[in-house]
Amino acid sequence: MSVLDSPPDSRGDHMSYEISHLRALESEAIHVIREVAAELERGVLLFSGGKDSAVLLHLARKAFHPAGLPFPVMHVDTGHNFPEVIEYRDRLVAEVGAQLIVASVQESIDKGRVTEEKGPRASRNRLQSVTLLDAIEEHGFKAAFGGARRDEERARAKERIMSFRDDFGQWDPKAQRPELWNLYNGHIKPGEHVRVFPLSNWTELDVWQYINEEQLGLPTIYFAHEREVFRRDGMLYATSEFVELLPSEEPFSKSVRFRTVGDMSCTGAVASRAATLEEVVAEIAATRITERGETRADDRISEAAMEDRKKEGYF
Amino acid sequence: MAPGAATNGQPPTAASTSELVRFATAGSVDDGKSTLIGRLLYDTKSIFEDQLESVARASGQRGDGYVNLALLTDGLRAEREQGITIDVAYRYFHTPRRKFIIADTPGHEQYTRNMVTGASTSDLALVLVDARKGVLEQSRRHAFIASLLRIRHLVVCVNKMDLVDFDQSVFDRITVEFSGWLAKLDIHDVTFIPISALHGDNVVDRSARMPWYAGTSLLYHLEHVHVASDRNLRDPRFPVQWVVRPMSDEHHDYRGYAGEVASGVLRTGDEVVVLPSGRTSRIASIDTFEGALDEAYPPLSVTLHLEDDIDVSRGDMICRPENRPKEAREIDAMVCWMSERPLSPSARYRIKHTTRTALAKVDELRYRIDVNSLHRDKEANGLELNEIGRLRLRLSSPLFVDEYARNRATGSFILIDESTNDTVGAGMVL
Repeated sequence: MSVLDSPPDSRGDHMSYEISHLRALESEAIHVIREVAAELERGVLLFSGGKDSAVLLHLARKAFHPAGLPFPVMHVDTGHNFPEVIEYRDRLVAEVGAQLIVASVQESIDKGRVTEEKGPRASRNRLQSVTLLDAIEEHGFKAAFGGARRDEERARAKERIMSFRDDFGQWDPKAQRPELWNLYNGHIKPGEHVRVFPLSNWTELDVWQYINEEQLGLPTIYFAHEREVFRRDGMLYATSEFVELLPSEEPFSKSVRFRTVGDMSCTGAVASRAATLEEVVAEIAATRITERGETRADDRISEAAMEDRKKEGYF
Repeated sequence: MAPGAATNGQPPTAASTSELVRFATAGSVDDGKSTLIGRLLYDTKSIFEDQLESVARASGQRGDGYVNLALLTDGLRAEREQGITIDVAYRYFHTPRRKFIIADTPGHEQYTRNMVTGASTSDLALVLVDARKGVLEQSRRHAFIASLLRIRHLVVCVNKMDLVDFDQSVFDRITVEFSGWLAKLDIHDVTFIPISALHGDNVVDRSARMPWYAGTSLLYHLEHVHVASDRNLRDPRFPVQWVVRPMSDEHHDYRGYAGEVASGVLRTGDEVVVLPSGRTSRIASIDTFEGALDEAYPPLSVTLHLEDDIDVSRGDMICRPENRPKEAREIDAMVCWMSERPLSPSARYRIKHTTRTALAKVDELRYRIDVNSLHRDKEANGLELNEIGRLRLRLSSPLFVDEYARNRATGSFILIDESTNDTVGAGMVL
């Protein structure tokens, strides 16, 4: 029997069945996660301990509930972490019952795979790409879920939800597969893998509203706290054993919070008194500067800093 | 607030209960599309200061002489250097009522492929017409693709009204001419708005310079157009994505079928049939992380738990016994070709439809349609990149399809090249 000679189900006619934008985004992300898990055999969820990966992990739990995650969680560890983030990572992974893989940039350095930058502006940010690609190859991962969003950065705005990497781990922005409807094409060749971005259509504000609605826990550095910082290139950085101060730089104490979580050497803080989720949401809604523009030195190298890193295999 | 004025000037604190609306824009470099998008983003406070500074810097380097808002959407180095747009760009903005996703598609030769991609997920299409030039071939092509992809709402912005002295007769003439073309297409909700994207007339607020125009501003229209009822809520369809089997002590015997509701409304207790097996059962519960729901509707992602222990796997379709999709071994479809490698009759492809994949052989290319004239060329023997044609496909195993016109989710498919793995075709079941 086809639909043409069947009576339509009339009950949908009179009700609107409205759905909020957060529920629509959530459902889209869960659909993507399930689709990739079904079509690509070995998946891994890239987890930095940042707010986006926290949302991503939460969505993955929802996707397979009441079963556990069908893939491990991997942290690409620069060794230059905020201690609060590592504490959060370990607590959350234990709570979720996920398998945690730590891919260490220090090990990549020790093995001679990469060379550490030197000097006050040294960062391990860019080295992560090698560690990440090595780990993907070592474990044979075919799909790596990441929490990147298109509103973050303009090279990202051009990237697909399911984004292909050749067997050198490279992204070719000019050779991307079209994504139609909600039909994802997960076919790849040996050696290739895909990066999957279920939060592609979320904005920073969506992420915070969702965290607030779902009452998700986050590392404490996302909320205002007193910290010793110094000013460099117009941004505030935390003092730490990982950063060498220039002679002109004087540390001072300030109430700050972080909008993004990255390597301590390149993640800036913002002056803030927002200590609760509601206060952070209000602050984000009113901000006139993007999170990467305000807090990420790694994107300030050039107009195409992110594009260049992505082509090399960055997140 | 004045009638017809959008919720302008308020901070962009989209309530978490606001509705998501996706729309596609298409156009070429000089019809003002980028200016219009820039204006919408700017006036809804969705452009950030550092983005604007970066655009101003890039404009200066290019010698544009003004802050070129087009550079906001051009994200890649090659695009900024060459002043072209390579691909579909997605932009986001919100007002207190709604969150919008713009699929911004470029107007050059890759146009059809990109517009089909952008349109496939859109609720609404926005077409720009230059008031000085009138209805061009390109405007007609935009409208045709929107109609082919079954976008229910079309907004025609007659732009650059400032350059025709805000003359009503220009607007009326374009409205009449375009309406004549639209009558051949299948779009029922069409709204014409006279605007000046550059100066903001009728974009966010009603313009005082066109008192003869009785309609609303563009943003007001976008905020109020009713899209929720565009979903198919009549035909319950649930393609199974993933079988949830916890095998834990707590949920030892649990088997759930995870997926996104494609259409219709499913309720606990409903009698359902699983295709292709034809086995029937009832919905024992509609499970989510938060707990069970009484009912599920598109586009919710849920997990169905059935009363009977029947064999269900990924790719199966759960529906109601008295309302089933068509079990098809052959399908007729309109297909847009998306690959440099042309479609050849008798070629074989993978076909992905909902969560099910099969093989498809091209039995016949019935005609190729000229997107400018709607002329059907029955002598065509292939489809090149960006061409659209009607195909008859033979399938290696049945797919459970509805007509695209009735059900976008179960009427759409993609074709995948077996040797390159590329997505080469976008199909709509007739």
